[in-house]
Amino acid sequence: MNRPSSRVDAGEPAAINAPAGAGLARFGRQHALQIGILAVALVIWIVFVIGAPSTFLSYDIYQAFMSTTPFFAVMALPLTLLVIAGEIDLSFPSVMAFGMTAFSFTLVYRGSLLLAFLAAEVAGGLAGLVNGVIVARWGIPSLVATIGTQFFWRGVVLVTTGGNGVSLLPTRETLFYTTMVGRVLGLIPAQMLWTIFMAVFMSLLLNRHRFGAHVYLVGDNIESARLMGVNVPQRKMLLFVIMGLAAAFAGLLVSLEVTYFWPTLGDGYLLTTIASVFLGGTSVFGGTGSTLGTFVACFIIGAINAGIVAIGLTGFWTQLIYGLIIVVSVTLQTVLSKKLT
Amino acid sequence: MSVNLLEVSHVSKSFGEVKALRGVNFYVQQNECVGLLGDNGAGKSTLIKIITGYHRPDPGGRIFFQGQPIEHLTVARARQMGIEAVYQEKALADQQALWRNVFMGREIATRLGVLDIRRMREETRRLMVERMGFTSAITPETMVRTMSGGERQGVAIVRALYFQAELIILDEPTMGLSVSETQKALDFIRGIKTAGKSCIFIDHNVFHVYPVVDRIVILDRGRVAGEFLRDRVTLDGLTQKLRLIAQRGSLNDFPVA
Repeated sequence: MNRPSSRVDAGEPAAINAPAGAGLARFGRQHALQIGILAVALVIWIVFVIGAPSTFLSYDIYQAFMSTTPFFAVMALPLTLLVIAGEIDLSFPSVMAFGMTAFSFTLVYRGSLLLAFLAAEVAGGLAGLVNGVIVARWGIPSLVATIGTQFFWRGVVLVTTGGNGVSLLPTRETLFYTTMVGRVLGLIPAQMLWTIFMAVFMSLLLNRHRFGAHVYLVGDNIESARLMGVNVPQRKMLLFVIMGLAAAFAGLLVSLEVTYFWPTLGDGYLLTTIASVFLGGTSVFGGTGSTLGTFVACFIIGAINAGIVAIGLTGFWTQLIYGLIIVVSVTLQTVLSKKLT
Repeated sequence: MSVNLLEVSHVSKSFGEVKALRGVNFYVQQNECVGLLGDNGAGKSTLIKIITGYHRPDPGGRIFFQGQPIEHLTVARARQMGIEAVYQEKALADQQALWRNVFMGREIATRLGVLDIRRMREETRRLMVERMGFTSAITPETMVRTMSGGERQGVAIVRALYFQAELIILDEPTMGLSVSETQKALDFIRGIKTAGKSCIFIDHNVFHVYPVVDRIVILDRGRVAGEFLRDRVTLDGLTQKLRLIAQRGSLNDFPVA
């Protein structure tokens, strides 16, 4: 009987035919980041289940996580790619509000939800493009550039709205509202599905597409990327545009959930979003990172607040424990990845 | 007479006030290996970065490839035509897998840009066995950071050969290598000629350049200061001439060893 699969090609390196244990070890090395963050998540979950079984063994708490975590998760995922490419964006909280300003004005004056949605995305994409041009074309460090644009877009929002909010109550009961933040089958918040979609899309873009390959190269060794013919400015600009689109989208999710647009929208999202990216194992130096890591980290960050209160500590503990988890797990990741490679 | 593979004519390049190249004429024939020598700041790097499309020459300079004038050369265009540069370790991405480095900037992908990772891994594995002579400890997934200097240089050179480059430019390929690794790198360079391709070999070390090239061009402060056929000059004679060139215009010692 002919069984080609059992034949060993003499030219093949021995590693391919290594015992399963070695293969497992290699898998562990390659996915150390992801395994590490999953382990952290598991430990925290077990602590919460033991500390507050009645809360953490019921579905309600998970529904709550799935409704609020997506607000920053949909931004943390594209931010992961930006950080892998060696850049940062601090302007997204303001871009959330800028997108919603465009949304509200279009809705008030045109009355079309679809048009308003497009206006929000165009505004977000535009804000991202501005960041991209300043950073990639003019060579201003993104840390500085996006601090500047953060103030600028917030200013634009405050000036145009006069500091007044807009009620989005009329959008309730529309298909648009249900698609964005409704409860699928009465159980799963729609924004959770958007987040999963975003995670899958970003993961494919990063790991299975030429664009993602270039994102890694730009972040790892920008000079070599240039020498090998990668269009570095174009890649970076596109990353900032994606970030702007995602921020406008997040702003829309948050505002629809509370059916009100506040011009201060976005405040409080800056640090949780960035913390999720780094907690997820993406290197601040660029070149490595994982969308799965960010996805899991978002839910760790999102769960801690509720979890701490549920196990009987006061909310004052939240920040202390945030800090502890971030510092410990980022340190662990760095030490482990040095040991393993 | 056959047409030169590459010809650079009257090429100058200024960076602000600094004139890095002043009217350089330079050529490479088919299946020829040219050694490019010169002190730091002589213009070697600038010249090759013009040839690879990284820098654009000042107006007036012209570049011909296989007899055709080339306007607006870019890195992507140069690679597409068959000009491939091997920059020391500078052009490897340390934290990425070997296969990502081999296909850097030239990934195998569908028209929509979806990567064919399986094929890139298989090609890398094949190259490792056939061309690089790597041990089994290295797989296509190995992170380049963990490889030795010689292995890394091998990756950079094999990458150029794989893409069927007509002209391979080696920028100080022996820098920082051990004696045995240097021999390995020099063997790679001899392999380029055997494969019928051409190369430009840039190095400080005349003892590395001399044995593997056909012709030697010496740059000094942005000008071509001398040109010798390898068969017409001895190693001693060449060292002498390099010293002379260095002395004539500047007090800097020429780093011959």
